[in-house]
Amino acid sequence: MKDGKFITLGIESSCDETAASIVADGRELLSNVISSQIDIHTEFGGVVPEIASRKHLENVNWVIEKAIADAGCTTEDIDLIGVTYGPGLVGALLIGVAAAKAMAFACDIPLVGVNHMHGHVAANYLEHPDLEPPFMGLVVSGGHTNIIFVEEYNSCRKLGSTRDDAAGEAFDKVARVIGLGYPGGPKVDRAAKGGNRDAIAFKRVYLEQGSYDFSFSGLKTQALNYLNTERQAGREINVNDVAASFQEAVVEVIVDKAIAAALEYDQKRIVMAGGVASNSRLRELISERAAEHDIEVLRPSPVLCTDNGAMIASAAYYAYKNGERSGFDLDAVPGLEF
Amino acid sequence: MLYTRSAADNMTERILRNESDTRAFGLELAEKLQPGDVIALVGDLGTGKTALTRYIAEGLGVTETISSPTFTIVKEYSSGRIPLFHFDVYRLSDGGELLDIGADEYLNGNGACIIEWADIVADVLPDDAIVIQLLYGENEGERIAVIG
Repeated sequence: MKDGKFITLGIESSCDETAASIVADGRELLSNVISSQIDIHTEFGGVVPEIASRKHLENVNWVIEKAIADAGCTTEDIDLIGVTYGPGLVGALLIGVAAAKAMAFACDIPLVGVNHMHGHVAANYLEHPDLEPPFMGLVVSGGHTNIIFVEEYNSCRKLGSTRDDAAGEAFDKVARVIGLGYPGGPKVDRAAKGGNRDAIAFKRVYLEQGSYDFSFSGLKTQALNYLNTERQAGREINVNDVAASFQEAVVEVIVDKAIAAALEYDQKRIVMAGGVASNSRLRELISERAAEHDIEVLRPSPVLCTDNGAMIASAAYYAYKNGERSGFDLDAVPGLEF
Repeated sequence: MLYTRSAADNMTERILRNESDTRAFGLELAEKLQPGDVIALVGDLGTGKTALTRYIAEGLGVTETISSPTFTIVKEYSSGRIPLFHFDVYRLSDGGELLDIGADEYLNGNGACIIEWADIVADVLPDDAIVIQLLYGENEGERIAVIG
């Protein structure tokens, strides 16, 4: 406890980021440390990930120490440790889980394992102090595309997910195809602003009637085919038009499905999370459409959209309040389901 | 090129005119697949590496959805005749990084591995890996699989 507040340390290492954060009473962000190195990625046109266990191992101790120091805390103040135990890459997850277990054991602090996806949803509790379930969750990132009905703090239901590429991955791949480079999301977003979103009729893939699942891999093929056809015909390619038309095809399907889910489950709030939640056209279109149905749209600030320890701390806090505890046999579960 | 590592004179070519040809090819590959086998897929964006993987999985009896492993590098599927480990190593820069994430246990594990963008990690692939290169064909939707 610090100043009468319950202190949670959140640790996240499921994929590219080693991250740790201190959160007070499950809602108040006291520190947030992320070891991301996005500038190194740029030169490769893809993500050069820190997925190597070795990288996480190098980072995990200083990231945790810095998170505690930045918050003005000491280890004695910490009431709970939350850690991502899946889904993710096993070697990466193991580092966070092992660090959390060691610290919990050495300092005699309770431990809660957190599902990474629950964490993404919980990021919004940090951003919006008054937000309480139920609400409709929309998680769109480089690795995930999910529509989630959050019924209570510790109970949510996955209504839909991607059947092939995640939304953010579609952006990365198409950015590569049209030569925009990495990171694809922000670059396509920027190029699209100077393009015509009706220039190319990319097919919207809705799958079966009533399905909340997504399929984005066909868009990459459509973009490739379009470029080939244009090149063969000797026509000049307007990259901004391709970016805008592609982006519209992704965003429209996401928005339509999120709104449909909110309406079906009678929810007046859509809560976004994940890196793609920062896409300007997605924000614009979902706000427009939601307003037509009196639905409010919330999203966290960009730093809480991407992987971080704070969202894990918040999710752990509510799990702990619900009586959940993890033992020292907590293990990484790479394929953890929602 | 990667396929010259194995018996270059033993290469076969197969024309996949459409999706159903790809499916037939995938099902055929699945039939013979044994634990410890590694299928190395090489080919540009959009040549159908993930599609072929999906049909191999179908042939193994995998019931889960095969979604892209690009973000997490590997996804495991256990519902089929043998476990399937589906890799996408596009985000890696060499085979050493693949070993860094613990791929050894998969490559010598109790299941079969399919590795997309396998040319990136050619230095750590087993010698008996089944290398399949996917190329664009002359007609739209057509692909050529070079097996060797």
